[in-house]
Order: sequence, then C-alpha cells, then structure tokens
Amino acid sequence: MTGQKGLQIEELSIRADGRDLLRSVSLEVRPGEILGIIGPAGSGKTTLLRCLNRLADLDEGLRISGRVFLNGASILGRDADVVGIRRKIGLVFPVPTPLPLSIFDNLAFGPRIGGITAVEELRRMMESSLKSAYLWEEVNDRLNEPAANLSGGQQQRLCLARTLMLEPEILLLDEPCSGLDPISTAQIEEALKVLRKDMAIVLVTNNVKQASRVADKTAFLLLGELVEFAPTRELFTTPRDKRTEDYITGRFG
Amino acid sequence: MIGIFFVALTALCCLIIVALVAVILGDIAWFGWGSLNLQFLLTAPQQGMTEGGIFPAIFGTVFLVLLMTIAVIPLGVMTAIYLHEYAPRKSMVIRWIRLAIENLAGVPAIVFGLFGLGFFIEFVGRGIDRIFLDGQLAFGQPAIIWAALTLALLTLPTVVVATEEALRAIPVSHREVAYSLGATRLQMVRRVVLPQAVGGILTGGILAVSRGAGEVAPILFTGAAYFLPYLPNKLNDQFMELGYHIYVLATQSPDVEKTKPILYSTVFVLLVLTFALNFTAIWIRSRIRRRLRAEK
Ligand SMILES: Nc1ncnc2c1ncn2[C@@H]1O[C@H](COP(=O)(O)OP(=O)(O)OP(=O)(O)O)[C@@H](O)[C@H]1O
Ligand SMILES: [Mg+2]
Repeated sequence: MTGQKGLQIEELSIRADGRDLLRSVSLEVRPGEILGIIGPAGSGKTTLLRCLNRLADLDEGLRISGRVFLNGASILGRDADVVGIRRKIGLVFPVPTPLPLSIFDNLAFGPRIGGITAVEELRRMMESSLKSAYLWEEVNDRLNEPAANLSGGQQQRLCLARTLMLEPEILLLDEPCSGLDPISTAQIEEALKVLRKDMAIVLVTNNVKQASRVADKTAFLLLGELVEFAPTRELFTTPRDKRTEDYITGRFG
Repeated sequence: MIGIFFVALTALCCLIIVALVAVILGDIAWFGWGSLNLQFLLTAPQQGMTEGGIFPAIFGTVFLVLLMTIAVIPLGVMTAIYLHEYAPRKSMVIRWIRLAIENLAGVPAIVFGLFGLGFFIEFVGRGIDRIFLDGQLAFGQPAIIWAALTLALLTLPTVVVATEEALRAIPVSHREVAYSLGATRLQMVRRVVLPQAVGGILTGGILAVSRGAGEVAPILFTGAAYFLPYLPNKLNDQFMELGYHIYVLATQSPDVEKTKPILYSTVFVLLVLTFALNFTAIWIRSRIRRRLRAEK
C-alpha cells in the first residue's frame, strides 16, 4: 500500500469502556476527492475524525486498533510525529471555535508555532486562506478586531481559513455547517469544491443532502459500523443496504 | 406563620452581623482617624512607642509581602498548571495532592510559624551558614526571607485554588484548537492557557497578599522584630510588621493608655490596606467573569 497518496483507513476499531465506538472501518480518500460521512447521532463520526488527526490522544481510555496511512506512512503508532500529523491533517470543529484573540492572531496561530513570524509572509498566507474560505471581502480591513466580533457563519469560515493556514494535505470537517444559515452553508460548500483540487477532504455531516451535493464518495456509519461506502451518486440512487435507504430517505428510527 | 417567623429570624441574624461589622469598623475609624496624618505614616516610633509613627512597620510589611509574592506566585501557578494541564486526570496520587493542598489552607497559622522556625531557620538557614559561611551566623536566625517563605507556604493554597479555578474556566475547545493547529503542550499552555488565566492568577495573588499581610503568627518566630532602629535592606535582616506592631502596642507598651490612639490608627491603616487589596481582587474577578460571559 505504500506510496499511495491520500488517506487510507484499514480495519480501524475504537473501543471505550468495553463498548465499540467504531467496528473495523475501512475507508479511503485521495487528493481531489471529498469523502462525505453521514450517520445518525452517536454513530462515531466525530470519534473517527478525532482519531485521524490524533486528537483522540487527549481522550483517556480509548483503545484504538487498525491501520491508518497518510501518503503511505502509518500515523497511528506511538512513535509517529503527532504534531506533524496534526499540521498535515487539519480539523475544523462542529461549532465555531475562535480563540479569544484578534482575527489576525487566530489565523497566525498555526504558522507562528511552526516558526513563521514574518508579518509580510503571514499576510500573504492570510489573504490566500481567507479567499479560499470566502471570507476575504468581509474581513480584510478588520483583521485586528477580536474574532468574537464576527457572526457565527463568519467565525466558522475563519476557523476554516485558520486550518487552511497550515496548508494541510487532508482537511477534516466535523459538521462544519451545523449552526449556519443557508447562505453561509453555501459559501462553505463552494469553498470545499474549490479546495478539493489541492487536498483530500473528509466532510462529516448531519445533513444528508449536503453529502449528496458536495461529496464524491459517501460513507454511511451506523452505531460504529460502516454500513455502506460507495460513490455518492451510487449510494444515493441505488443503495445496497436497506438501512442506508431508510436513512437517506428519512425513514430512519 | 412559621414561614414569616423564619424569614424574620434569618433577617435578624444578617442584621446582627452587619451591625457587628459596622460597630467594629466605626470604632476603629472613629478613634483611628484622629491621630492619622502624613507624619504618622512617614516616621518611626519614638519614646518607647508612645509617640511617633509606624513607617518601619509599613515598610517591613510591604517588603515582606513583596518577597512572599515573588515566592508564592511562581510556585502556586506552576503547581496549578501541573495539576490541571499535565497530571493524569484520574490519578489517585493527584487527588491526594489536591486534598493535601486544600488541607494546607486549614492548618493553623501558628503551626506554619513553628514549621518555618524548624525548617527554614534551623534546617535551611543553619545549613547555609555551615556549608557556605564556615558556621558564621547569617541565615540561621529569624530573617525577612524566612518569614516571607513561611507566609508563602501559608498562602500557597489560595494561589493554587484561584489559578486552578481560572484554568477550569478556559473551555476545553480552546485547548483542542491549539493542539489541532499543531501546538505542543507547552505551546498550548503558553499561548492559550496562560494569557487567559492571567486575571485569575492576579486575583489569587492579591487574595494571598491580603491574607498574608494580616497574619502575625507565621512571622512571630521567623523574622518579625519588636523594634528595629533601622529599615531592613538585606534578605537576612529582621523587620517590623504592622500586625505584629499592633500586638506589641497592645500588650508590651510601657504606657498602654498613651499608646491607644497610635494603636487605633495602626489598626486602621492595616484594615485599609487589606480591604483595598480585597476589593481589587473582587473587582478584577468580576471583570473577568463578565468578559468570559460576553465571549460565550
Ligand atoms: N472518550 C470516550 N469515551 C467513551 N465513549 C465515548 C468517547 N467519545 C465518544 N464516545 C461515545 O462514542 C459514541 C459516538 O460518539 P461520536 O461523538 O463519535 O458520535 P457522532 O457520530 O459524532 O454523533 P453526532 O452526530 O451527534 O455528532 C457516543 O455514544 C459517545 O458517547
Ligand atoms: Mg459528532
């Protein structure tokens, strides 16, 4: 499998307190693709994403087994470079999480701890990240204001831009539009369609329609089990599993 | 009927407390105000303390509290950061450590004084004298540094608890954001946690100072002097202190009646000092609370 671009997840299982949070999940996403992950609450979507960028290391009592490769290199081992992995695999949280800093300092946070401190360079990176997140027009003249002054939708796009400042190879998004209005949602979806050119994207969403709109392939998770994983069109038009059909048609539970 | 009676009873209790405080403060202010003037604040005691001012005691108190702060803030803040940010959350040992720190707050001040005498002066001070100064007596005796360190131990729980409270108020999401952007734990603590905890740390520091400034028992054996003809200017000098000075004025004066106005004024100065510190702490804390609420 070595040498393959993107993210390969093989038989990933996560247990906590004797309960399976994920059961032998295998997925794959390559640069240029958006992988949509859908599933009802509690099916393990967030757990999966947190495992992929090693944020799960912070949760005590998780037992993780299986293999995950980034560009062919394993990222689950104890000796893996966790900080490096987190910079290459960016994560956007379900609610906007601006740090109590200015817009500028929020965006500069990642590059600065990586050693980039020259204002000129930071500004250049900011411009391109903010443009990618469709936020440049709205904030380019107020970068020194507190990030908390922005609206919820703007804050979420700021968080996206902040992650993009790291120039990640993989972009993980956990229900990035859950609290947003249709216009902000559309802006983020537009941004993702463009960003896909430069990176592999994993989009977890509660909104089945969103997956059908933007994802190239879609995975349906149910109580930690990967029920179905197929190209989006196929999964939405001819689902092989009855449970998938029930879920996407809203007849679930 | 019983309800009304109960309300009246609770209200009465409140009233008694308020009245008591008012009487104490009123008494001190009334009698203390009279002989209070700049002269009093800026000169040394004279005529066996029946005249003159309290400048050496104010100076000693400030010096003492300053040294104490320099010792207790780094120690307390680092302890709290270790407990909250580094230590494993479910560890039994950590739980015991936390319990020990909280219990430290309940240890009588005089016990700290004895500990300071035994540990700092007899053990550390004598040790320094023996090893570095050929047994010459320099640190193995009561001194402002030992009194300050003893006070620092006494106020340590205040700083640890206040800092931990501030750390707890920082959302977990802020920490996770820092990690997800590639921060190491040290970078996360330095760039996300500490800046937000500054207010809480400051509050803890001020509360520690206002507690430390009034305690007499811990400095009784460790460095406070009855009377000193000079101001302390070295770490191993003794010093005069307001609380101890009050004790001395009240019990050791050759003419108790004559010292009374001075006594009142000294108490007044000490009270004003501690109240001012307390109010500053409360003010800072409420500002932080408001800011935190505004951000949510
Ligand atoms: N550290 C942990 N220890 C024990 N159980 C956990 C832990 N983290 C998550 N869980 C459990 O794992 C299950 C899956 O949680 P997860 O947050 O991944 O679901 P989700 O698919 O993201 O749901 P939602 O759509 O509501 O966000 C839940 O039942 C949750 O209680
Ligand atoms: Mg979730």
